[in-house]
Amino acid sequence: MIIADRKPLEEILEMTRPYDNIMLVGCKGCVTVCNAGGLKEVQVLASILRIARKKQGRPLQIEERILERQCDPEYVEQLRDGYDQYDAVLSMACGVGPQFLSEAYPSQRFFPTVNTTFMGGATQHGIWEERCAGCGRCITHFFDGMCPIARCSKSLQHGPCGGSASGLCEVSKDIVCIWDLIVKKKTEQGRLEDLRIYWAAKDWRTARDGGPRRSIREELVK
Amino acid sequence: MSDNGYKSGSNLEKVLKAGHFAFTGECGPPKGANVAHLNEKMAPLRGMVDAVNVTDNQTAVVRMSSKAASALMVQAGIEPNFQMVCRDRNRIAMQSDILGAHALGIRNMLCLSGDHQQFGNHPESKNVYDIDSMQLIALVKKMRDEGKFLNEEEIDEPPRMFIGAASNPFGDPTEFRVYRLANKIDAGADFIQTQCIYNMPRFREFMKRAVAMGLTEKCYILAGVTPMKSAGMAKYMSKFVPGMDVPPELIKRIEGAGKGKMAEEGIKFAIEQIEEFKQMPGVAGVHLMAIEWEHKVPEIAERAGVLPRPRVD
Repeated sequence: MIIADRKPLEEILEMTRPYDNIMLVGCKGCVTVCNAGGLKEVQVLASILRIARKKQGRPLQIEERILERQCDPEYVEQLRDGYDQYDAVLSMACGVGPQFLSEAYPSQRFFPTVNTTFMGGATQHGIWEERCAGCGRCITHFFDGMCPIARCSKSLQHGPCGGSASGLCEVSKDIVCIWDLIVKKKTEQGRLEDLRIYWAAKDWRTARDGGPRRSIREELVK
Repeated sequence: MSDNGYKSGSNLEKVLKAGHFAFTGECGPPKGANVAHLNEKMAPLRGMVDAVNVTDNQTAVVRMSSKAASALMVQAGIEPNFQMVCRDRNRIAMQSDILGAHALGIRNMLCLSGDHQQFGNHPESKNVYDIDSMQLIALVKKMRDEGKFLNEEEIDEPPRMFIGAASNPFGDPTEFRVYRLANKIDAGADFIQTQCIYNMPRFREFMKRAVAMGLTEKCYILAGVTPMKSAGMAKYMSKFVPGMDVPPELIKRIEGAGKGKMAEEGIKFAIEQIEEFKQMPGVAGVHLMAIEWEHKVPEIAERAGVLPRPRVD
């Protein structure tokens, strides 16, 4: 799923400074699962903003809403009635949300309240880690289920580099050297020879380097 | 394509091919456009080494471009070993720079992944890593031997480079390091310069495996030596430089020399290492990385008995 972190309160207060009456819209998709922009987070952020603004002597009216998904026009459409009653609308969805909302309601101003970070999953309660770089050409099966593109700091296809030490990446002690894990797994399974394979330079056209991407499923297109 | 059977005809290639024990040095370009400073740093290396590595924004700190500094070295009559990292250039810039380097008279290249920009003075930057060091080695070889770009288009005059790569015998996972070395040789490395060696028993073991796998018959391996200036430097390298193995006994030895004598003890150890490398099966030479200590190279070369440097025509 897509992981996001809520923006610092100061930044959100600055965004909303000119306004007295806003709507805050959460999303029941990924940001609910990663506890960044679901119903609970909408309620918490709304309360904090109200208190902060009250302290400033400029109370802020906030309408709390949540959509099934903000990346789907069908659900975005549910804001049609009333979206223009507010000075501004704050989205708690990933970066897709404020864009889909802006496209649907061009006369309104939409603000992001989360920073969208990566595609990944929860490795334990409260901790999420990156797993996919969305390069458009999955090769994880060659590396025993581990992606060197997303998980090596240098996206090396022939790792580990000389900076791998004690299973950790040279960039930070908080980053596991994925190549260390790949080599260990191959060794355990007696398939170290797999790592004698030379991988030709990757074709990055399927990644973001080919420009913004589009996926078309012909059978679904009306 | 090549003259007299040489791949690039560089001095380093000639020295190695003739069977001499090679001795290479290193010079980091200045943090500025100061050519006088570069000349000052490279001057002590003249005649002391077979080629001088010109680092490419090492530790991700911005410096004069390695291609420009290498070209200035060619003009000054010193042979450069042009380093190129994968961090800052995509395949378009790399191929263009390889052609340019050849045009400027550069004949040796060292292909590296590069230190991550997190370490450097522009940690906010975006990195490239379009291709990795293995693919860079193969790219230079393809351009030279097939006369083709990566996209299979013909090059009208192929660049001739003697292709170098790095190996860290002390990186983890240790048991894989010799395989990665083998991969680099298969990809096209003509010579290897290793990471600084301090743990001699581990390096002896690494070389034994490399010899047993037949790697030293396909490629020249130059052992990396960096003399320690002080116990502080030894401790710093041990603690903070990733993939560096500095045994505690060595730190003790340097420290034990006492104030004012630690640098001499570091040089002594380096000379002992060089003496052993001369005898070590599979080691074709030494790569001396006297970091910000270029002026000490003549003394070390003299005391290590590697002078005069051979002339091969």
